[in-house]
Amino acid sequence: MSLLNIENLSNTVADKPILKGLSLTLDAGEIHAIMGPNGAGKSTLAYTLGGRPGYEVTGGSVTFDGQDLLDMEPHERAAAGLFLGFQYPVEIPGVSNLQFLRESLNSQRKAKGLDPLSGGEFIRLAKEKAGLLGLDMEMLKRPVNVGFSGGEKKRNEMVQMGILDPRLAILDETDSGLDIDALRVVGEGINTIMRKPDRAVLLITHYQRLLDYVKPDFVHVLAGGRIVKSGGPDLALELEREGYAEVVGAGVAA
Amino acid sequence: MNALVLPTRRQEDWRYSDMEAVGGVWPLPAPAVIAVAAGEEASHLLLQDAAEGAVAVHDYEISVAAGGRCTFHLLNIGGRLGRVTFRVRLGRGAHFGLYGATIGGGDQTLEIVTSVTHEEPEGTSEQIVRSILGQKAVGNYLGRIEVARDAQKTDAVQSIKAMLVDRTATANAKPELEIYADDVKCAHGCAVGELDRQALFYMASRGMEPQAARSLLLQAFVAGVFDDIADEAERARFEDAALAKLEALVRQGDME
Repeated sequence: MSLLNIENLSNTVADKPILKGLSLTLDAGEIHAIMGPNGAGKSTLAYTLGGRPGYEVTGGSVTFDGQDLLDMEPHERAAAGLFLGFQYPVEIPGVSNLQFLRESLNSQRKAKGLDPLSGGEFIRLAKEKAGLLGLDMEMLKRPVNVGFSGGEKKRNEMVQMGILDPRLAILDETDSGLDIDALRVVGEGINTIMRKPDRAVLLITHYQRLLDYVKPDFVHVLAGGRIVKSGGPDLALELEREGYAEVVGAGVAA
Repeated sequence: MNALVLPTRRQEDWRYSDMEAVGGVWPLPAPAVIAVAAGEEASHLLLQDAAEGAVAVHDYEISVAAGGRCTFHLLNIGGRLGRVTFRVRLGRGAHFGLYGATIGGGDQTLEIVTSVTHEEPEGTSEQIVRSILGQKAVGNYLGRIEVARDAQKTDAVQSIKAMLVDRTATANAKPELEIYADDVKCAHGCAVGELDRQALFYMASRGMEPQAARSLLLQAFVAGVFDDIADEAERARFEDAALAKLEALVRQGDME
């Protein structure tokens, strides 16, 4: 059984159709990259799978680990093992990262019928995952993303992913705003946390460069609200070299 | 003004109040008097958590003589009507600080009414009030600052923010400045908002239950108001009471 099965998914955002019959299947153990021109619907796909209010599904189905994903509330999707890495992580003044993560993790544990982690257990876990991404523990005591640089926000997303330990990560332009060093750290973080036989990753990116660190098994081109082409890792290189218009046809890329 | 005649909403200080509730307790007792002598420091607290349906009116008359300081921490959460008023007069270089939180639900009317008069030069005042209102609650802040003709170098700050948990709740914030001196600083800010939807989705995307997410955001909104209560046990009492009221508010909102 595939981990994620998207069939013929259509949606609207503010009454405007964005996804138009998108189909995609991910198996456990796989890393898929979705590339595509601006406005193709890449972020819309991520938000729709995450259940963001205002992203209204008008057709099709999504099955996650055998369950109807679209039938679940956003927090239930997370508890089921879905992680959404934000392109623009949200700042939450007055709530510390540790508080935010502990509350999230314990909500997920409760949904799974597990006891909450004690303060000490949680701090040990947070320390370990922050260390993996080179994020200072002091930063985790600060309010969520407030005053963080673009790179720190993205690293913080990966620390959250490490702590929450999802089965499927949908990472929306996690590489944007990263310098070369941060890109390597984030790439290694994704590999360490998610490159496992029972996990899968959907990487949404504009550029090939993240894919130098996180090698995808499959590459898809999203244009006009649909997957218009799929292939192996070479497809990303081809896109980088020749552009979307050349590879998928000017009419589709527009 | 005759203190025995029941006021009406046409009087500014009572504009948004629950007059029917006031009528039941009229006439009011004389205000509590706090007099801070020159150079002295005083800190006062009020946790207004009157029983459901009760009418609680607390009036304070505060005078702070030259170089004195008075700080007041207030948590206003109880009763059908919870009204706390301050009439403050400041001498030369005197300071008044009000740090307040109002948390209301049901059909509560909770209000804070202040009138701070800077009578002499170099006085300072700071008022920070955070209100969280749900269901059909009404939260009012009326804050009048008067700077006398001689009171140069006055520095007065009002920061008033309200958060509406439900669209049916009401927040009224009305600063009023009357300044007769020309070399003064009076900064006032008022904002009424709702919980940040983006933050709520972000928290949900990490698995946080909606009730926990709302409660955390509301706690963050009032966090800090009671930080300066020196007595640790008192601070904990205020924070615990605020948290319990918030959680009751979030739970009630969920059941509707």
